[in-house]
Amino acid sequence: MRPFTYERAADPQAAVKAAAETPNARFIAGGTNLLDLMKLDIEQPSHLIDVGRLPLAQIEDTADGGVRIGGLATNSQVAADMRIRSRWPVLAQAIVAGGSPQLRNKASVAGNLLQRTRCNYFYDTTKPCNKRRPGSGCGALEGLNRGSAILGASHACIATHPSDMAVALAALDAQVEVLSPAGGERRFPLLELHRLPGETPHVDTHLVPGELITAVLLPPPPEGGQVYRKARDRASFAAGLASVAVAGGQVALGMVAHKPWRAADAEAALAGGATAEEAISAELAQASDNGRNGFKITLTARLAAAAIDETRGRGA
Amino acid sequence: MSSVADWEAPNPVKENRSGLIGKPVDRYEGPLKVTGTAPYAYEVEPPAAPVYGIMVPAAIARGRIVEVDTAEAEAAPGVHLVWTHRNAPEQGERGARVHPRSTAPARPALENDRVAYFGQPVAFVLADTLENAQAAADLVRIAYAEEPPEADFRASLDRAMDPPGEEDVRVGDFEAAFAAAPVKVDDTWFTPVQNHCQMEPCATTAWWDGPTCVVHTSVQMVKPAQHGLAETLKIGRDDVRLLTRYIGGGFGGKGQTYDELTLAALGARALGRPVKVAFSRQHMMHGTIHRPATLQRVQLGATADGKLTAMSLMTVTHCHREGHFVEHASNFARSLYAAPNRLTGHRLVKLDLPGAGPMRAPGEASGMLSLEAAMDELAEKLGLDPVELRIRNEPEVDPETGKPFSVRQLVRCLREGAQLFGWDRRMPQPGRVRDGRWLVGMGMAAAIRGNFLLPAKCSFSVDAEGVITVKQGMTDIGTGTYTVLAQIAAETLGVPLKDVRVEIGDSELPPAPGSGGQFGAATAGSAALAAGMNLRKALAELAANDPESPLQGGPTDQVTFEDGVIAIGNRSERIATLVRRAAPDGLTAEGEIRPAADARNWSQHTYGAHFCEVAVDPITGETRVRRMLGVFAAGRILNWKTARSQLTGGMIWGVGSALHEGNAVDPRYGSFINQDLAQYLVPVQADIGELDAIMLDEVDDKANPMGIKGVGELGIAGAGAAVANAIYNACGVRVREYPITPDKLLAGLVAQGR
Repeated sequence: MRPFTYERAADPQAAVKAAAETPNARFIAGGTNLLDLMKLDIEQPSHLIDVGRLPLAQIEDTADGGVRIGGLATNSQVAADMRIRSRWPVLAQAIVAGGSPQLRNKASVAGNLLQRTRCNYFYDTTKPCNKRRPGSGCGALEGLNRGSAILGASHACIATHPSDMAVALAALDAQVEVLSPAGGERRFPLLELHRLPGETPHVDTHLVPGELITAVLLPPPPEGGQVYRKARDRASFAAGLASVAVAGGQVALGMVAHKPWRAADAEAALAGGATAEEAISAELAQASDNGRNGFKITLTARLAAAAIDETRGRGA
Repeated sequence: MSSVADWEAPNPVKENRSGLIGKPVDRYEGPLKVTGTAPYAYEVEPPAAPVYGIMVPAAIARGRIVEVDTAEAEAAPGVHLVWTHRNAPEQGERGARVHPRSTAPARPALENDRVAYFGQPVAFVLADTLENAQAAADLVRIAYAEEPPEADFRASLDRAMDPPGEEDVRVGDFEAAFAAAPVKVDDTWFTPVQNHCQMEPCATTAWWDGPTCVVHTSVQMVKPAQHGLAETLKIGRDDVRLLTRYIGGGFGGKGQTYDELTLAALGARALGRPVKVAFSRQHMMHGTIHRPATLQRVQLGATADGKLTAMSLMTVTHCHREGHFVEHASNFARSLYAAPNRLTGHRLVKLDLPGAGPMRAPGEASGMLSLEAAMDELAEKLGLDPVELRIRNEPEVDPETGKPFSVRQLVRCLREGAQLFGWDRRMPQPGRVRDGRWLVGMGMAAAIRGNFLLPAKCSFSVDAEGVITVKQGMTDIGTGTYTVLAQIAAETLGVPLKDVRVEIGDSELPPAPGSGGQFGAATAGSAALAAGMNLRKALAELAANDPESPLQGGPTDQVTFEDGVIAIGNRSERIATLVRRAAPDGLTAEGEIRPAADARNWSQHTYGAHFCEVAVDPITGETRVRRMLGVFAAGRILNWKTARSQLTGGMIWGVGSALHEGNAVDPRYGSFINQDLAQYLVPVQADIGELDAIMLDEVDDKANPMGIKGVGELGIAGAGAAVANAIYNACGVRVREYPITPDKLLAGLVAQGR
């Protein structure tokens, strides 16, 4: 870990101001990902702005019948909220499918969205990684890429976004609310938060430097059943091989791309009367693999078809 | 020379008058550990404020260091020194033994400009805080001339050679018998590299007390660590005081020492201050040893009624280019099943990976994953129940050597296990049982693991309070050594457990070989029993010769010890009273154990049978263990609770070997892909359903004076194969490449049209 300075932000405005004015500054809330990465010398911030005690942890009803989840609500808090559990169960299921209880107790909603990939080559600082060291190459491309992306990847990066929670939010048409250093608030769909790697995989999101995620907004849930399914190498506390969130006719895939993947083609096919299997095949027509991750295409197809069928009261 | 016949006489452990032997006594050191107050090596408080060391791992697998720039690191806050091979203190030459009887040679750190493996420590930083040391370590710049590593095991099989000094073992004519067999299995299994992942990484706190180097470190064997450090530091062996009181897991990975020990001692000498050095979790993966990968070909030939006529297990494995370690995955097969024609052996490939070495049940843990799955395949081909197939091939004598078994209850383990588990409910045809979306199946496997006894010493003292203190240079790596030594002492001297103290893990105490190869309890315990018997004798003589003792003049061969009282016939007094009066400074006796000269006349092993029920998700290929039972026969059990913990821990590791655990090699870099416990998966609570281990009544009178045997490694042997066989029974897919992860199982399910 490199030496760094630290401050505790007095209010959200002060936090974004400090972030904009201090070079190489990072926000810290739960710290469950950032501190690990700092200890491993993967992240090297010179200044930390602690936003963990800002009053942004409330879960409130909104006028349109949805909820506003504060960016600093803990993952556990959201998963245990009775409104979430009853009306957006796919979100509660996704959250408890991630990490461990200890991590979920510390991790914030905003931090969950901004967690970084679990790609092994990103974690090993002796290996090339365009995400960690732009221009150094991609170790995973021709390496041990069993967990790598099958959708939207580039020749520069085949890393995946590891969040479970974000997959459910993607399926639920969530909006993200951010506070900008200029002082203004802006709101945009969660699907526009993360980006595909392209030539610049070191940039994970479309956030402007210094922007702070203050809330995630859920519109009223869509009609129909909801379910989150995740396949993984062990029963708990393991990154997913693939996951799927279904909410009515809305489907999102997880751990298959650089961002939570809204399966628009599958949704269109479903709306057109296709079977679950046909619909997900339509989505995965654009999938490609790098060798060891080829099974993820099959796995995603089966997992997603089963989950869609489950929400429609079919299948096991 | 001694003989196993010498062990036939009765002794307090066998008689077990107070019933302490076998009792599920709580861990002696348990309260310290669960309250976080047991000082592990890194936590030991030194006599002065310590400085903290960080080792910089090599970023390449093979080559030379051509440039070193430590200027920035040296100028970093709090830094006391930065060492590389260019300025490291002089040390003993690698392999040197100045003392001819040293049990380990010199092992210098930062030796020269060669890099022999990824993660090899190539620089060392000492600073006032751990954080400053790490920050400075990140500033050390090293440039390498890299040589392409040869690290692809499967691509290097053509370089496989006979391990030095080893030959294949042949009995009868395997090839002819296999060719002629009406029913055959011929398949190859792969097992991956495994890392020990002890909860406590290797760590040392060191300081110098005049000429004496005091080190608290985390090792399984005291004497080799002490001797090796003395050779490396070029000082007398008695000038190293090595302590290892609490150890957070060893599993074979701490059977040797690493550079953190050497660098802590050297750093403490250079600065005149205590030094703490620990491996990081990431550095443990490469900086210490691992269980190497294996490819195992199993060939079984049988008659139509299920009698094996030909059996072969040939293993190819790997070790470091300059190493010698062989994962003897074929050895156990030499004693397991009857078959008149047999072929077993090993081949070795040298690779530019970190050092391969022993890991819990070396040999069996990998080897039983193949043969016991092959037996399941053979049973299916024969239309026989897998339990019955094993019973039909139960040998009367050791099938390779013809030696009699000391005691062998494998068939009883199989039968009782089958009954307790409800094996009769298993559907022989795979894929027939559904529970919701899950496919459910049962599998089983046998277990075998050798038993050993090594030379050891021990001392017992009694003080004026009647408190017995056991002293032994033994270790407790989490297995229960403290506890079973206390039980043996209490039972032998007839005192309550609360009146026993156990001091172990210190080079100044009577030597014992430490923990490894599941020989610890038998070896250390037998020496303890001998010391206890000698203390009984000394106390009896003290009383008989003391005119003030009611026992005065009594026949000492009739002495008894019970409830803190020494008695001859109906004359008695408290041990404490006797010692306070007749030997107020206390009384000490030593004892030792040596292997019997004729012990090798018997084939001696521990045995077991695993039964497992799994559920497979046919959509994703995920497997979940629902319940598992192991039935074991491993001699007399000293402590039902600690023995059971060892066995269930081994079984859980077997589940991990079957389903989760393994480290893949990226041959381009000569390094492992998984470098922490988020990437290297071991089972978590949710992966283990109902789990139990049962220990059959047994005494092995050829093993040692107590008739006990080891259990530390038996539990893992065969456990993973039972899981693999259950997966097949659940869904009809055989995966011969461990671990059986969803990707591999899914391929089989898809191929089946599921």
